[in-house]
Amino acid sequence: MYARSLFPRDVFAELDRLQREMQQSFDTGPSIRGLTRGYPALNVGGTPTSVEIYAFAPGLDPATLDVQLEKGTLTIAGERKAPEVPEKATMHIGERFAGRFRRVVNLPDDVDPNAIQARYRDGVLHVSVRRKEEAQPRRIAIQ
Amino acid sequence: MSNKTDIAKGAASAAADKPREDAALLPPVDVIEDAGGITLWADLPGVPKDRLNLQVEGDTLSIEAELALAVPEGMEASHVEVNLPRYRRVFTLSRELDPNKVEAKFEHGVLRLRIPKAEHAQPKRIEVQIG
Repeated sequence: MYARSLFPRDVFAELDRLQREMQQSFDTGPSIRGLTRGYPALNVGGTPTSVEIYAFAPGLDPATLDVQLEKGTLTIAGERKAPEVPEKATMHIGERFAGRFRRVVNLPDDVDPNAIQARYRDGVLHVSVRRKEEAQPRRIAIQ
Repeated sequence: MSNKTDIAKGAASAAADKPREDAALLPPVDVIEDAGGITLWADLPGVPKDRLNLQVEGDTLSIEAELALAVPEGMEASHVEVNLPRYRRVFTLSRELDPNKVEAKFEHGVLRLRIPKAEHAQPKRIEVQIG
């Protein structure tokens, strides 16, 4: 790995980032698989009919992305290569993630493992899993 | 005169509004310098090409971008790590860089900027004479 710059250029931006990272580590509960931050960042949401997972994974070849759903656990794994540093070049700032990654999300029990869709666009992997028909809210007609 | 105070007032209220409405994520970057110039890589996932705004003004390079995700109607977020809808990062360029020749490529949420050094700033090897 490359040494990071010892003196960040923008001290205030750096303080800002620190504060945000601290805030984030307090906001999300600790997970059994370690810190819930990392690459790719995850946003998870739900509608009455589906569960939506957004993985912010820029700079990947979608063909190398490994998305698996097993026993209600969604795993997103892959590898991101570091940019090539030509000979005699200097890396001044090296903040972007490089290497292998794996993130795991536990899905609710009512999802249908056969109705899953994954799309990679603008560096975001969007996985959409439908909830089972019988679990969806239904309006009951009154006789 | 009155014009001037208006401008001052406008600036003050703009500054007061700033923190909430203008909060932005700081995208991670790599900056690599070689003999010919600087290459900057920035992670901006979720940004379509038309929402990316690059600006060079004087010696300031600013990257601003807005996220646009396809979110189904009525979605409620249950876990959020990307919690702001925009990115911003500003760099100060050094004098030997040529701001008129910046090249930008944006693919899969990764921005690659190439800022070449001005002709006169290209490294020259200086022969050392002996004797």
